[in-house]
Amino acid sequence: MAALLGTGTRAEETEQEKQDVQEKEAVTLERAEEAKLKAKYPNLGQKPGGSDFLMKRLQKGQKYFDSGDYNMAKAKMKNKQLPSAGPDKNLVTGDHIPTPQDLPQRKSSLVTSKLAG
Amino acid sequence: SLAGFGNLMQDVLWCFSQVKGTIDIGVTEADIISTVEFNHTGELLATGDKGGRVVIFQREQESKNQPHRRGEYNVYSTFQSHEPEFDYLKSLEIEEKINKIRWLPQQNAAYFLLSTNDKTVKLWKVSERDKRPEGYNLKDEDGRLRDPSMITTLRVPVLRPMDLMVEATPRRVFANAHTYHINSISVNSDYETYMSADDLRINLWHFEITNQSFNIVDIKPANMEELTEVITAAEFHPHHCNTFVYSSSKGTIRLCDMRTSALCDRHAKFFEEPEDPSNRSFFSEIISSISDVKFSHSGRYIMTRDYLTVKVWDLNMENRPIETYQVHDYLRSKLCSLYENDCIFDKFECVWNGSDSVIMTGSYNNFFRMFDRNTKRDVTLEASRENSKPRAILKPRKVCVGGKRRKDEISVDSLDFSKKILHTAWHPSENIIAVAATNNLYIFQDKVN
Repeated sequence: MAALLGTGTRAEETEQEKQDVQEKEAVTLERAEEAKLKAKYPNLGQKPGGSDFLMKRLQKGQKYFDSGDYNMAKAKMKNKQLPSAGPDKNLVTGDHIPTPQDLPQRKSSLVTSKLAG
Repeated sequence: SLAGFGNLMQDVLWCFSQVKGTIDIGVTEADIISTVEFNHTGELLATGDKGGRVVIFQREQESKNQPHRRGEYNVYSTFQSHEPEFDYLKSLEIEEKINKIRWLPQQNAAYFLLSTNDKTVKLWKVSERDKRPEGYNLKDEDGRLRDPSMITTLRVPVLRPMDLMVEATPRRVFANAHTYHINSISVNSDYETYMSADDLRINLWHFEITNQSFNIVDIKPANMEELTEVITAAEFHPHHCNTFVYSSSKGTIRLCDMRTSALCDRHAKFFEEPEDPSNRSFFSEIISSISDVKFSHSGRYIMTRDYLTVKVWDLNMENRPIETYQVHDYLRSKLCSLYENDCIFDKFECVWNGSDSVIMTGSYNNFFRMFDRNTKRDVTLEASRENSKPRAILKPRKVCVGGKRRKDEISVDSLDFSKKILHTAWHPSENIIAVAATNNLYIFQDKVN
């Protein structure tokens, strides 16, 4: 490549410079957005934005229900109502034991698509 | 009259043709269109939705009386392809959403298509019935059995014409082969096999065999903690039945040759654009994730879509794309909020026109973009009910990126990010496009003189 230095046309050089400038601008914008995000969420992992979302992607559709926990909790509570899920049914944490009522009712759509209307 | 053939100087004028679906204040989730695909002749157009339903439209014969109505698409068949399931063993809820539809080339009077949700691929046969036998001996026309003692004569049933009935029947169900979620299916050019790809594996099937499939790619690490990338899309080469490509969440594409080994874990070609490591940000990997990969009709190029760009790669050059087109670069300064509202994970698709001279992909605010590879000109159009007068010419749209906003421009902050065009399709030989805008399907055609 050294032999070619100086023989490139001016047009090619400015094209490459333009691309570099664009790339640098892009990076500046991205870094500014990154700073905004980290300011809002200081505990955001040090890993690049990729890994967490990969695991989330693989776990799509996973519902957590343990029949042992459920039955033991029912026994403990005896006749009292089990605490039901809060507004966010997907968030299952702490003392809340998922119940069959928490599972969203999945019925197939027997209604014809409106595109065919 | 395809853009790129002949009149390079003449821009194509796109006109509204049809819109399918209803105008609802709130969109029912099941109605959200999740895939759109023309068949190989363009006679049929299929859509799949989140509710697991497939609707097939057929182009009507062109009439000499109404030459300006160049073959409208009307409903041909609709059926429930997939239903919601719950895998009790794995505590896994399986959506009925149709991820992809792929047509088989037509080999007889019936039409065949593959439709898939996250876990199961199905082969559907769509066929016409326009005759039925009449004059049975043992049952009457309503199907009720006749009293045999009342039958005194014998007759031969004859086939009589009836109103056209289009039936869709599931001919094969290819199940239980994917631990992870299927993102792609692709019919091989041998018309005997096809592949299905999930996040970590790709399987090869024979259309006649449903209880076995060959695993041809497996990128699952022995230790899941070491997982760094997933498969995002895969497609067979249009002519070479031994060749396929798959894209990754890291922005790379691998081309594999099934002749080299049974398990194609070692690629024949590896396409990656070099990046200066010092230019990386938190968002770099996410926005480089490829959401779609498509071979050109010629088989010489592949096109990839990542969050902000569309790239064209020459199969003979692995170290960088030959063309890069900015879809909506103004979003780079919005990445923080796009990450917070999850839009940064939206998976846009991309398509080639029939002559591989123009490429198209969607964006937000119901905008979609076309790039002419020869003239290097691009245009932004909008799928909206406001521009839905018959044969109304679509006006190019423009996003204002700061500075003074002109009257007909829209500013980045006014864009509606809930209106995303993720799925589009281009007729195989004509300038007819289908654009899915949430729960509506728009069909646009080029202007007829």
